[in-house]
Amino acid sequence: MSSRTATPDTEAKAPARRSRVLGTAGRNTGLVLALVLLCVVGVVTAGDRFANVDNVMTILRLASVIGVLSIGMTFVITAGGIDLSIGAVMGLASVWATTIATQTMATDTHWSLMVFVALAVGLVAGLVNGVLVAYGKVVAFIATLAMMAAARGLAEMISNRQTQRVRVNEFLDAFRGDLLGVPVLVWVFLVVAAAGWVLLNRTTFGRRTVAVGGNPEASRLAGINIRRHTVLVYGLAGLTAGIGAVMMLVRTTAGTSTHGQLYELDAIAAVVVGGTLLAGGRGTIVGTVLGVLIFTTLTNVFTQNNLSTSAQAVAKGVIIVVAVLLQQRLAARSRSST
Amino acid sequence: MHASLSLRRRLAVGLGATAALTLGLTACTSNEEPPATTAPAASAPAPAAGGNDEPGDKIVIGFSGPAADHGWLGAINKAAIAEAEKYSDVELKVSEGTNDANLQISHVETFINDKVDAIVLLPTDGAALTDVAIKAMEAGIPVVNVDREFSSTFAARVTVLGDNYGMGVSAGTYICERLGGQSDAVVAEIAGIDSLPLTQDRSRGFEDALKGCGLSVSNRVAADFTIQGGESATAQLLSAAPKIDAIWNHDDDQGVGVLAAIETAGRDEFFMVGGAGSKNVMDLIKSGDSVVEATVIYPSTQAADGIKLARLVAQGRSMGDLVETSVPRKIQLYAPVVTKDNVDEFIGSAFES
Repeated sequence: MSSRTATPDTEAKAPARRSRVLGTAGRNTGLVLALVLLCVVGVVTAGDRFANVDNVMTILRLASVIGVLSIGMTFVITAGGIDLSIGAVMGLASVWATTIATQTMATDTHWSLMVFVALAVGLVAGLVNGVLVAYGKVVAFIATLAMMAAARGLAEMISNRQTQRVRVNEFLDAFRGDLLGVPVLVWVFLVVAAAGWVLLNRTTFGRRTVAVGGNPEASRLAGINIRRHTVLVYGLAGLTAGIGAVMMLVRTTAGTSTHGQLYELDAIAAVVVGGTLLAGGRGTIVGTVLGVLIFTTLTNVFTQNNLSTSAQAVAKGVIIVVAVLLQQRLAARSRSST
Repeated sequence: MHASLSLRRRLAVGLGATAALTLGLTACTSNEEPPATTAPAASAPAPAAGGNDEPGDKIVIGFSGPAADHGWLGAINKAAIAEAEKYSDVELKVSEGTNDANLQISHVETFINDKVDAIVLLPTDGAALTDVAIKAMEAGIPVVNVDREFSSTFAARVTVLGDNYGMGVSAGTYICERLGGQSDAVVAEIAGIDSLPLTQDRSRGFEDALKGCGLSVSNRVAADFTIQGGESATAQLLSAAPKIDAIWNHDDDQGVGVLAAIETAGRDEFFMVGGAGSKNVMDLIKSGDSVVEATVIYPSTQAADGIKLARLVAQGRSMGDLVETSVPRKIQLYAPVVTKDNVDEFIGSAFES
């Protein structure tokens, strides 16, 4: 809406946007091919053990938690930022929620309070990140690094560094089962991804996110309240960390300050491999989902074949580098074609 | 490391298969089926009534542990794999270790999908893995819980535990005896990861034992079981306490860092008791020219015992040395103190950190 008012930009942007759309489609095809290739490797090396419904669900359940975090990360990176704190915030939210559940929560309190607390903690932590970046003018890398340390420490203080087990069966039963043969957790991931897609591609909020990441100065001149938008984007990432915390609680039935360690890096890797530009200005939810699935399937194929995590880490590194190199190629080509 | 191990194993199986095949061909045995694919097991005799080590039904055991980023955990994995290799009737599936509960849960889910006959699980966090272990048990797969206990009795058929509280007691008792009634002695403690129940148990045991002789912990720091963590925590501890009489360090792996910090600070007015029982600490104890006087053993063969027990449970056997007809539900290992006097007894089975 507001980008339409920036007349000098529109003409130049139209063809660029078209090629960008084509580029995204092309990249997604590449990612799908990579995923298919991985699956072929899985089927060839592990056969029936890999290609059965149970194993696919195992992969999807594992992907769901990191996946939700990655959706939030997609927004932050598209807006030209970075969030190193989401893993720690997830740990904090999980601990806060289980503290409510194990210590404070009276027997007649509904478990939704626990979920609400997790989401609220995530959201608030994200908003604090946003305020630090937007109004405090702290570099995103540093602001979220500080949050990473602080959230982890706070989680240790709240939990007294103990693992807290959730015994609220209604809560676990509500999320642990299947819906139409697919685990509820995977549905949560799908819903978050779908919501993220709509938000990024079909709303003003999404267009502004891309604009802020692509050219902050132009966005400001176009009338976007960049600061407020930045706060909201980080808040969104925090909220996904809160959702991830709830999912982790369902999966582990326990909250601990060590939950989500290094998940921020997994999320960044998935987002970047998915084709979102680390410099900002271009984001793809579909790519992120594919990125998450590629890494999780890779883990599964390695597990099925008894291969070491060290080799897996090397493979992960190679995938990231290859993806980014391809990305630069495509970017260069689309630039030269306009 | 594991890649090469499993490669070696595959190679060994391959060689065994070829050997068996050539043997079969040259000797023209009456065996109709060529034992090429599963050579060692196919030629194995039926289970005998007696000894536990006699080959029995062929079984698949899934093993999953935390990341071997630490000498003791590395030794745990190595011993478990070596134990499984001793049995021709056991096929071991090893999931590479991880410190991520989410990932380890998916490993166990994979074992359930694969319908293994038993699972040996050393969880990154006992509470977090309880649920999936129950799922395995409900699927009819006996779970052997090693070292870090689940939070539900339904989650494991057998639990093999070290004695963390006992480690603290052993260390505290040794320090009490050694300080012999010095009521103003300064005792310091370098713990491991404080969020783990095992650390809390060790500290509780230590405190309780010291109380017995009227002592208490004057300075306590927590490291993270890493050399780096041990070094930095100890450096802080030493600058905070100008004079110390005794130190208990929970873990010999982080002990490498602890000793480095002690050396840097040039301090030797105290003696130190280690934990877990690594080979290099036992060497130091033997040589007698360091501050380390003793260490408390925390066996690194627990997972290997877990494999052994999983095999017996899956094959429906009992434990040879017991009168009991089923494998016990819980086994707790002992935490002896190793000093210069008895180090030779233990050094053979110590792990390299």
